[in-house]
Amino acid sequence: MEHRKERIDRGIKARTEDIYALFSYREMLYLLVPRVIPILVLFLVTLLVGVYWQKVLISTAVFALLALSWDLLTAAGMVSLGQALFFGVGAYITGILNHYFNLSPLFTIPIATVGGGVVCTLLLLPVLRLRGIYFAMVTLALPLMLVRIIEATKIFGGTEGLSGLAGLPSTRFELYLSLIAVLAVLFFFRRLINTDYGLVLRGIRDNDRSVMRSGINIYWFKAQALFMASAVGAFAGALMTHVYMFVGMPVFEMDYSILPIASAVVGGMGTFAGPMLGAFILVPLSEALRGVGGLRIVIYGLFLVIFTVALPEGIFHYFQRKYHQFERWVKVEK
Amino acid sequence: MFQGTLIYGFVNSVTLALIALGFNLTFGISGVANFAYGALYILAAYTAWILLTWLKINYFLSIVLAVIFTSFIGGLIYRFILLRVRGMPISEVIASFGIGLAILEFFRFLGFVGSEYTLPVFIDGSVSLGGTYIDVQRLLIVGIGIALVIFLWLFTHYTKTGLAFRGMAQEERTALILGINSDKMATLSLAFGSGLAGVAAITILPLGQVAIEGGYSALLNALAVCIVGGLGSTVGVLVAAVLIGFAQTFTATYIGSHWMMIVSLVAILVILIFKPSGLFGKQKELEERI
Repeated sequence: MEHRKERIDRGIKARTEDIYALFSYREMLYLLVPRVIPILVLFLVTLLVGVYWQKVLISTAVFALLALSWDLLTAAGMVSLGQALFFGVGAYITGILNHYFNLSPLFTIPIATVGGGVVCTLLLLPVLRLRGIYFAMVTLALPLMLVRIIEATKIFGGTEGLSGLAGLPSTRFELYLSLIAVLAVLFFFRRLINTDYGLVLRGIRDNDRSVMRSGINIYWFKAQALFMASAVGAFAGALMTHVYMFVGMPVFEMDYSILPIASAVVGGMGTFAGPMLGAFILVPLSEALRGVGGLRIVIYGLFLVIFTVALPEGIFHYFQRKYHQFERWVKVEK
Repeated sequence: MFQGTLIYGFVNSVTLALIALGFNLTFGISGVANFAYGALYILAAYTAWILLTWLKINYFLSIVLAVIFTSFIGGLIYRFILLRVRGMPISEVIASFGIGLAILEFFRFLGFVGSEYTLPVFIDGSVSLGGTYIDVQRLLIVGIGIALVIFLWLFTHYTKTGLAFRGMAQEERTALILGINSDKMATLSLAFGSGLAGVAAITILPLGQVAIEGGYSALLNALAVCIVGGLGSTVGVLVAAVLIGFAQTFTATYIGSHWMMIVSLVAILVILIFKPSGLFGKQKELEERI
């Protein structure tokens, strides 16, 4: 090993970090390009593709929402193995409100978002007192057990589910609603995690004892993070219910738990943009891989293993590094 | 009726204990929550089935081979994958869960679904136990379960490897000072845990059929028993298995078999509210460690 790789921030990165971002158009472009171009490309794509791929994009956006919600939980030190819980609870609340009370989507979606957040937070409240794998264990168990409860008690349509629910005006409306929701959540979370509030959340992940020592009630903060994450998940479920005009036991399926995690791991945890990028890679990919059928989940599983072990930073971190820094080989001083 | 419920409740308890022992052993020693546990459980059963049906190997021999194969796979998983992410709980959970998922869904992809995937019982027939008929296989589960617990106790108290295991479990750094190779021990602990999963699968599954869903429910049962008993505590596992086992059987008999699954969930939630470290969670600083 004669040489080592040195990474240095680009000058322009340092210049754009403060008020100096307003120096010239070049600095402003440097900040704007990575944010605006993907959004423009995304909306251009929605104009160009047919109805089938529009549907695929809707489900991509739904998975992206779940991945974002997963990433927020992970940022606060809670690893969820059951995003299907949030998704399913939101979906069922929407279905029930629409089927039994005939409320229109205008009311069901907001109620399900908030209600789903509250229900999931209450369900997981006992687990918040413990760290790490306990949370993972219980979130893994809950959706699988809720399915059994619905199957056993035959409530809410039992195995048949509730069908014939109200739909949204048009596919295009559904598409834009879901994409705008994804972008709103993305920018909200990215901003949130860099505030003092977000610092507390990240502190809980890194060393919760020292956060407690600072006189902060970590359980209250964890509960808030959990509420935000589960509300986002529940919104995804509510949206999907109105898109399919059906809600049933499949909403608790493994897919809704695994794909968001796989997206986050592939895209890069902790950045929010990474999980979203991951979702926009994996979901269309799995749509294209429809031919292999059951092998899909196997591939996700292997993705999880390979990326956590071999490329733990994920795709987004890689691009971010290339964008902000330049690399050169320097001689190792003996 | 009541006596029968008691007997079946006891059998159910031993079944749960058998399922949970391996998971608990691995976690107690190496601190790795092996989320591939359910997959290894099913892997053992399918391996035995393949050896028995396709290769026409003697049943007893194929059982032994299946258990050895499973523990070998468990060791490999640790050596080549989990070792690299050791100490990072998030990555450990995701990686082991990914492995489990890949194994289980790969069997589904290969078409291992259906009623022909059953393992034969060891000894056919049933005996009457004070008026309750019970098949010999269930008695064997109880026998093997008790034998395993005694074997584990002897193993961890009187062999060098077993003592090293306990040393690792109590204080890893001190164990390192005393010349215990913690990576090797952790690999062994995963192999041991996986082997126990294999033994459990091969004793329990002849009663039903081998199915992919069995893997997920085995993992859930193991988690429930371990959380209620206190992660890493063998006494806790046994007590929790008895509690949950009887609760499940009584629920199934007097309320309805559909509600059986909910028992373990309720048990988890109740225990987390009142005693988060579990009934016998030995580490008082468990909250800090996990």
